[in-house]
Amino acid sequence: MTETTAAVELREPPPREVTGGQAQLGRVSDFFLRSILPLVLALGTGAIILAAIGVDPIQYYKDVYSGGVQFAAWQDSLMRVAPLLLIAVGLIVAFRAGIWNLGMDGQFLLAAAVISGLGSRFEEHLPNTINLLLLSLIAGAVGAAWTIVPALLKARYELNEIITTLMMTFIGINLAQILVKGPFQDPTTTTPQTRAFDFTALLPSIPGTESTSRRWPGVHVGLLVAVAAAFVVWFLMSRTSLGLRLQVLGASMRSARHMGLDVPRLIIVAFLLSGFFVGLAAATEILGVKGYQRADWNPAFGLWVVPLVFLARLHAIGVIPYVVLLSLASIGGDYAAQNAGLTPQFTLLLVGLTLLFMALTEWIARRAAGGSYLPGVSYRRHRAERAG
Amino acid sequence: MTTVLAATGVFSEQALTALVAGAILAGVPLMFAALGELVSQRAGVLNIGLEGMMLMGAYAGFVAAYHGGSEWLGFGAGMLAGAGVSLLMVLFCVRWGLDQIVTGIAITLTCEGATALIFESEFAESRPTLGATDKLAIAGLSDLPVVGGKGESNGSVFTQPLIVYLGLVLAVLVAWMLRRTHMGLNVRAAGDAPGALDAAGVSVFATRSWAVLFAGAMAGLGGAFLAIVSAGLFQDTIVGGRGFIAIVLAMLARSRPLWAVVGAMLFGASLSIADWAQVAQINISTDFVFMLPFLLVLVVLVLFGRRAYLPAALALPYERGSR
Repeated sequence: MTETTAAVELREPPPREVTGGQAQLGRVSDFFLRSILPLVLALGTGAIILAAIGVDPIQYYKDVYSGGVQFAAWQDSLMRVAPLLLIAVGLIVAFRAGIWNLGMDGQFLLAAAVISGLGSRFEEHLPNTINLLLLSLIAGAVGAAWTIVPALLKARYELNEIITTLMMTFIGINLAQILVKGPFQDPTTTTPQTRAFDFTALLPSIPGTESTSRRWPGVHVGLLVAVAAAFVVWFLMSRTSLGLRLQVLGASMRSARHMGLDVPRLIIVAFLLSGFFVGLAAATEILGVKGYQRADWNPAFGLWVVPLVFLARLHAIGVIPYVVLLSLASIGGDYAAQNAGLTPQFTLLLVGLTLLFMALTEWIARRAAGGSYLPGVSYRRHRAERAG
Repeated sequence: MTTVLAATGVFSEQALTALVAGAILAGVPLMFAALGELVSQRAGVLNIGLEGMMLMGAYAGFVAAYHGGSEWLGFGAGMLAGAGVSLLMVLFCVRWGLDQIVTGIAITLTCEGATALIFESEFAESRPTLGATDKLAIAGLSDLPVVGGKGESNGSVFTQPLIVYLGLVLAVLVAWMLRRTHMGLNVRAAGDAPGALDAAGVSVFATRSWAVLFAGAMAGLGGAFLAIVSAGLFQDTIVGGRGFIAIVLAMLARSRPLWAVVGAMLFGASLSIADWAQVAQINISTDFVFMLPFLLVLVVLVLFGRRAYLPAALALPYERGSR
């Protein structure tokens, strides 16, 4: 008798701590609460701040739109999507595997320095297409290589990757400057910068994206690469065995070990993939837009992207609309700020506010539902694991 | 520093004094911030918003010192501003148990945007600067060569603004507090075994909240020092990643405050040496000197890789009653 009860109990589904709340809230309202509301609140607060310092908020947001979309600005916005999306994708791989890769700026800048330095040297010896492909791969490889030390230290000694990736960022940024000022310096100028690519040797543009109001050829193919990468990562994380193993690692390292997964290897794979995409992001920016690198150039895209990745709940395809929005805001924001006599840093304030409101709505949603915005991470499980 | 070196030669007494003074000027803000971060980490809260708190402190400190005419007003305002920003961290991460890394990044971004915005709208045309801060020359010791620094524009080890000496005393006090007092035990328990602390009848929330507020105040003070003493002006890039450097220093100090002080000064020294080498026309890249401390630490970690000590419950929110 007791045995049958036990068997029945076993067949019952385990209590659904995370998804149970979603049923209460409903998927639509959950999506609204967690992914749209923070944006609305941040824009609203931004409007109040603008009004408080005497700037017409409606005009400001109109300017953001026209500065990011109208005339040929939509080309800039779309081209900005490429690096941001690739960084986002790189972060998603790492964060899903429970790895805090916060060294993206170093990975990005170093990859950019290496290819902008090598690019103009390869140019003379290689056909353009092969040159661009080779450089993109080199950029990815450099980005990945810059994660090896944190990866090994975490895999072997469980050394906290936040410290090591931050340190690698400082080293990477300085190394990039050394490279640009030293071996890759353009000999024809005293400005610390690399030799610029031939304008026609940059990434080809997507047919149909030319604009009549500007001579810029069009949106480069890096955008397609970035979108493809988002789909590849989505497929990898949700449809393959490697993706599942990475997610198990992210949910609980102890469970992963108990399942017999090769945890050190998974950590290294997640790090390398993450760094590869960040390096590729640098390739799209250098090979598609800039064509050279100045020593003092550091767009610091990394921190901008973090909020988006969370708003999209670490979903590689879901992050695309947010990246488009941020690109538009960053291109249009510069124009709007200039028009209103503000600092372009105002956009940063909006991004930060979005993240704060996201945390706030997350708290509300969690009280209502009990789930976290980090897929697979329940705080209870996390703590039980540390305690055990 | 540049003019001193050019006038007197690289190995002159003045040049070496300037080298030491530069190290202290660059190291003290890091020391304050790292000290605060260390206490916060010890209590189990990873404060990634340090950079933003330093910026807020730098801005508030600068404005207060500029309008109030006293650097002490500036330091006080900096501490208040830093602590004020860290209230967000207390609310979000300690009270509500939200993710500390996400909140920290949000705080940093918001403060970067906010300080730039307010500063631009207030001082866009004037771009004011502050005068030199009064220095306290310790009788006797300040007459020593190189480390004395009496009469030098930036002083040296024994001629510094009072706040520097107070900071060193504070570091010793924090070390003593963490090691020897009941309060320190509570802080350490909040980071290592919050459940046990709660069971002992001490509030984990309160302990962690005070630790985070302390970190905010210290980061604010570090920022204020940067703006008032080191730079004498404010600009939106003034902190420039020092907050993140302080986080790394605090973690590397393995929760021993005196190591955080040594690390901060070492880092300040490397910045100072970079300046010195440039003027001395020693062919060494400033970028290289700047990354040297981290490079060394990484090499040590790789060669003698051992587990960095971090509190067991670091970055994990405490929820009463859950296991």
